Amino acid sequence: MNPEAQARNKRRTVWLLSLLVLGMFGFGFALVPLYDLLCQVTGIQSVSLRSAGEAVAEPLPGRADSRLITIKFDTSVHPNLPWDFQPLERNLQVHPGKLYQVNFAARNRSSASVTGQAIPSVAPWQATAFLNKLECFCFNRQTLAGGASVEMPLRFMISPDLPPDIRSLTLSYSLMKPETPAPVSAPESARHEKG
Amino acid sequence: MSHTSTLHDVPHHHANPTGWRRWLFSTNHKDIGTLYLLFALAMLFMGGASAMLIRAELFQPGIQLLDPDLYNNLVTNHALLMIFGSVMPAAAGLANWMIPLMIGAPDMALPRMNNLSFWILPAAGTMLILSFVVPFFPGGGSQINTGWTLYPPLSIQVGMSMDFLIFAIHLLGISSVLASINIIVTLLNMRAPGMTLMKMPIFCWTWLVTAFLLILVVPVLAGGVTMLLFDRHFGTSFFDAAGGGDPVLFQHLFWFFGHPEVYVLLLPSIGVLSHVIPTFARKPLFGYKSMVGAMIAVGTIGMVVWAHHQYTIGMSLGAVSYFMIGTIIISIPVGLMIFNFIATMWRGAMSFETPMLFAVAIILMFTFGGLSGVMLAVVPADMQYHDSMFVVAHFHYVLMPGAVFGLFAGVFYWLPKWTGHMYDERLGKIFFWINVTGFNLTFFPQHFLGLAGMPRRIIDYNVMFTEFNVISSIGAMIFGFSHLLLLYIVIKTIRGGEPAPSRVWEGARGLEWEVASPPPFHTWETPPPIRQEQSA
Repeated sequence: MNPEAQARNKRRTVWLLSLLVLGMFGFGFALVPLYDLLCQVTGIQSVSLRSAGEAVAEPLPGRADSRLITIKFDTSVHPNLPWDFQPLERNLQVHPGKLYQVNFAARNRSSASVTGQAIPSVAPWQATAFLNKLECFCFNRQTLAGGASVEMPLRFMISPDLPPDIRSLTLSYSLMKPETPAPVSAPESARHEKG
Repeated sequence: MSHTSTLHDVPHHHANPTGWRRWLFSTNHKDIGTLYLLFALAMLFMGGASAMLIRAELFQPGIQLLDPDLYNNLVTNHALLMIFGSVMPAAAGLANWMIPLMIGAPDMALPRMNNLSFWILPAAGTMLILSFVVPFFPGGGSQINTGWTLYPPLSIQVGMSMDFLIFAIHLLGISSVLASINIIVTLLNMRAPGMTLMKMPIFCWTWLVTAFLLILVVPVLAGGVTMLLFDRHFGTSFFDAAGGGDPVLFQHLFWFFGHPEVYVLLLPSIGVLSHVIPTFARKPLFGYKSMVGAMIAVGTIGMVVWAHHQYTIGMSLGAVSYFMIGTIIISIPVGLMIFNFIATMWRGAMSFETPMLFAVAIILMFTFGGLSGVMLAVVPADMQYHDSMFVVAHFHYVLMPGAVFGLFAGVFYWLPKWTGHMYDERLGKIFFWINVTGFNLTFFPQHFLGLAGMPRRIIDYNVMFTEFNVISSIGAMIFGFSHLLLLYIVIKTIRGGEPAPSRVWEGARGLEWEVASPPPFHTWETPPPIRQEQSA
């Protein structure tokens, strides 16, 4: 091969490879939307699908179905928190796609002001993604003055996409005293977003 | 490239600079190869020192020498120094030295870019070391306690040392992409006339596949850490769940790079083995074509199985099944390579010089690591092994023989060619036995620790794990200090020794053995004729 032809070939290879490098750098960024799309199409569970925000944004009227799902409410209070804490209703029959509200009663047995944090959990866990909470006392820490009592709301909806084999859900709230003082506003809003 | 005249009408063009200019301005593939190898050796000792500190801390339960963040920073540094600082530059050094000699080319295709891609490395290495040093100073922020995977949200919360690390990764990435482009252009355009792709020595083939892998995956990592940088400083939320991002996306971007990366580390060493084993078995390599096919298959499948590092993130059953099956399928081409090596040795007239000792040890230990890899690929089993010391034992059994020992074999194999002196065979064998014994003493007990439930990346452990950790730490000290012997052997060989003939090993085949030892500054200025028996 003469040197000129070789130089031309080299240049061509360099250009092609450089384009490939740029393309792959772009592909990295293209993965951001592609990843969400892939998760939606294939149903790979991702954090964004589980979050409450998106599901609420869906137009829900008309999608409500006739299934009746039994929701049981369960509470427990950690011994480090001098509170009483009960749901006002222990069972509720709900239609997926409709909005419900349940109140929880809390009373501070001690004479000092105390802050508590509720940690939610859902059984069976497979239903977690289909429980959308619009408002929950568990989003924020709650502070009660000494001897005070309060009713705290939980507004929620079961998604119509709930798999048919799930007929009953248990929502448990464990109330405890946070170990650390309340952080500044930024993480608080983060918790709110995640629901 | 701007010169359209041939090399021969400009005799002053190659006036050899001397002193430090020879190295700083070097465009000579042999000098740049030497620089790469020396850089890799320096980084090997730094990465090794951090590993020995980790093992010294784990000698006893409880916290003795380090504090938890420093411990985790050492874990991070050990990985990055070894992978980016040591193994990749060492493999690039072998490529620079050997590829032009093997294909009968006068130099790499883009000599000035070759200079650039090496001299980025010291800058990148400095940034990497700064990321470790900065937190020791007032106002330096917290230490990088994320491990080399840099998962957010932790990596978003770390102090400014993470920014040093991100830029170090950018520089290292640029360096290896440039080197890869250079190698591909060289291999595709500069082979001696008559050397078709399927006559190319296997080491060149492994580097062709490796370089393509690097070009495909390193830019994606660069994109990922750029997003990390933006999340940290410019208010974006690629990975911040509070802003609608997803931390798991970073894991996908990272492992899209990270998994092919293990083949980047492995393949050049497979290439070395494909020369060492035929040389010392005195038989041609068994199944040249199947080797080429197998490594292309490994590279291709290796690109699409990355999420087997993330089984526990909560993917759907369909997704984990796909990644599990894909991962297990890789063991077929890898097994093919191993069987080719065994078939090459079969009924060969074998002799066991140091490179061959390493080669045989690699086949045994790499196979072992591969089998524990199949265990980890199985989803239900991995749920238990995930993030345990079993994983540590597994990947050290794959990467240490698969990458590092392969490079050692290559260094011992070609050191007489590079320096013109035979290395001290007796010392080489002593080094091999101490090194391999130390390695197995270090990592074999970690299998048991992991299966018994000891998590990795944690400074402290339950007292019940003490005995195996003591064994492992003693092994690590033997293993670590044995590399001083390697350093001594290399220095001794450079300084003198029995002169090496041009064909250093009796059974060696290939163009690199037709130039003198050490090769003159310029080789193959006229392409050599390719004869049949030269093809690997």
